[in-house]
Amino acid sequence: MSDWRTYEPVLIPNIAGLNRLETYRKHGGYDALHAVLHDQNTWPDPASVVQEVKEANIRGRGGAGFNAGLKWSFMPPADGRPRYLACNGDESEPGTFKDRKIFEYNPFLFIEGATIAAYAMSITTIYVYIRGEYRSWIHKMEKAVSDAYDAGLLGQNILGSDFSVDLVLHSGAGAYICGEETSLLESLEGKRGYPRVKPPFPSQRGLWGRPTTINNIETLSNVPGVIRNGADWFKSIGVDSHPGPILYGISGHVNRPGVYELPSGMPVMTLIEEVAQGMRNGKKLKAIIPGGSSTPILPAKDLEDLTMDADALRGAGSMMGTAGMVVMDEDTDIVETLWRISKFYHHESCGQCTPCREGTGWLEKILEKVVTGQGTTRDLDLLLDITSQMEGRTICALADAAAWPVRYTISRFRDEFEARCKPSLIPVG
Amino acid sequence: MSQKSSDNGASLSQNGTSAYKFTKEQLAEIEVLKTKYPEVQAVTLPVLWMAQDTFGHVDPEVQRLVAQTLDLPESHVHGVAEFYTQYFKEPKGKHVLDVCTCLSCHLCGGMDILGYLENKLGIKAGETTPDGQFTLQEAECLGACGYAPMMQITNDVYVNHLTPEKVDRVLDQLASGQTPDFESIPMPLVSTTSNNKAAGGSDE
Repeated sequence: MSDWRTYEPVLIPNIAGLNRLETYRKHGGYDALHAVLHDQNTWPDPASVVQEVKEANIRGRGGAGFNAGLKWSFMPPADGRPRYLACNGDESEPGTFKDRKIFEYNPFLFIEGATIAAYAMSITTIYVYIRGEYRSWIHKMEKAVSDAYDAGLLGQNILGSDFSVDLVLHSGAGAYICGEETSLLESLEGKRGYPRVKPPFPSQRGLWGRPTTINNIETLSNVPGVIRNGADWFKSIGVDSHPGPILYGISGHVNRPGVYELPSGMPVMTLIEEVAQGMRNGKKLKAIIPGGSSTPILPAKDLEDLTMDADALRGAGSMMGTAGMVVMDEDTDIVETLWRISKFYHHESCGQCTPCREGTGWLEKILEKVVTGQGTTRDLDLLLDITSQMEGRTICALADAAAWPVRYTISRFRDEFEARCKPSLIPVG
Repeated sequence: MSQKSSDNGASLSQNGTSAYKFTKEQLAEIEVLKTKYPEVQAVTLPVLWMAQDTFGHVDPEVQRLVAQTLDLPESHVHGVAEFYTQYFKEPKGKHVLDVCTCLSCHLCGGMDILGYLENKLGIKAGETTPDGQFTLQEAECLGACGYAPMMQITNDVYVNHLTPEKVDRVLDQLASGQTPDFESIPMPLVSTTSNNKAAGGSDE
């Protein structure tokens, strides 16, 4: 990675007032949608759009990393009945604060991307689910959506074509679980956000039993660029296996935390030392959580030469997640940090599945015991045992998300946990 | 169902109609909302928001209003209201301070800010000041991780990069009837080919 210093952002370029429709259009905004609707030679049918997006390999930016175009191709053939696109702006994984930047600075890029997706999949209504806490950003989106309707970019006969689609903004009301795609559908239908059993998958039976695709906000925001410049252009950015721009959210003990748009595959140490301008107060780096609180922690010794892309992070024993990197310095109390993460998952477990509802509570309680010096070394093994009773045993991945930090933080920082524990009365092992 | 809820239930109005009312304009707005979804039930969340913005909370009596307005079972509306943390199931102070203490905020002094507010207001997290001005709450991740520590004011504006001095200013502002402004935080630039210090342009 030698070109990051000269990389010019494409998701959130440095253009003043890009959140205004006329500015967005002046800089090529809606050229992609126009081409898709009117350039019959390049885009003969919706399937050609799906094919190009699939070829670009936009790996889902919400954390799962699945090829967005491939996901689109799972939609059954259109039958004239309603079909939905649900855009996931729930953004609740601790360490993640990127999609709000799109809402604030380049809302039409996302709206254009969602509209192209709607055309490609013969969608009749787009629902944009935004976490309720983002009220300020929902207001910004309301303005953008209203302007897009006024300009004939949403609604009936978009840009003079025979394509019509509506876009509805939907506010959440405080529930991390609603970022899980089927929970999000339940919440959109006006219910408690209980994840659904899969199959059937949303592409078969989603919102109100109709075919539905769920995509993250940043994922959809990559679509106009792919249409305008082609899949090859997109694949030329960053690493081959996980191409394109990434909104890296860097928080924790660095001098300049924030959201940065850079190519995929950025070296972790470059992000920390150069992009975020190094550790606060000249402290030493202890560990990072690379992509949101559920992704396994990585100690500093494993970070040299490590890059931020799905394959490299999997190789290092973690995950890309949302690219929301949390940086911790040498003074960080790892035991207390893990307890805080577990407290979060306990609070957010929806309570539907027993291993998660009970397991997350046990994890928090036992870790609280360890943090306060009341734990024994056997408690550490009990924690690990609980995680194995949770992983893969529930409807959705929240149990896994709660279990991984516990499993990997204890295994990678075992000495710090043992130092907090009283010796077990019964010898271990 | 918790004991607390059934206590509240006992205080429901006797004749079965809610003590609260939506205005004619709000009822018209609800009709417009309904056209955006194929089923009425889908407007449960938006209408609960409308109710909370109007009455300051969605206690069981307000939940009844929502259920009756939408012709949905009260049990459904109650279940939804209970599920989501942002709905206030009982009246709160005039200003609700949600201090984030989750991962990044925890690392960057969120607990210190919560402790400072507890001392300053003389209440613990979860409590309301005796004058009814402030409710203090500990919040899970609010998605402002790079701008820690931070808090949200009454489900609305975010106040970032908190210090005790900034907390003092915000409390004074709120007490004098003002709301802190939205803080637009530009994305720091990394490109060396640009002269500007921040990307994202301006929010005009």
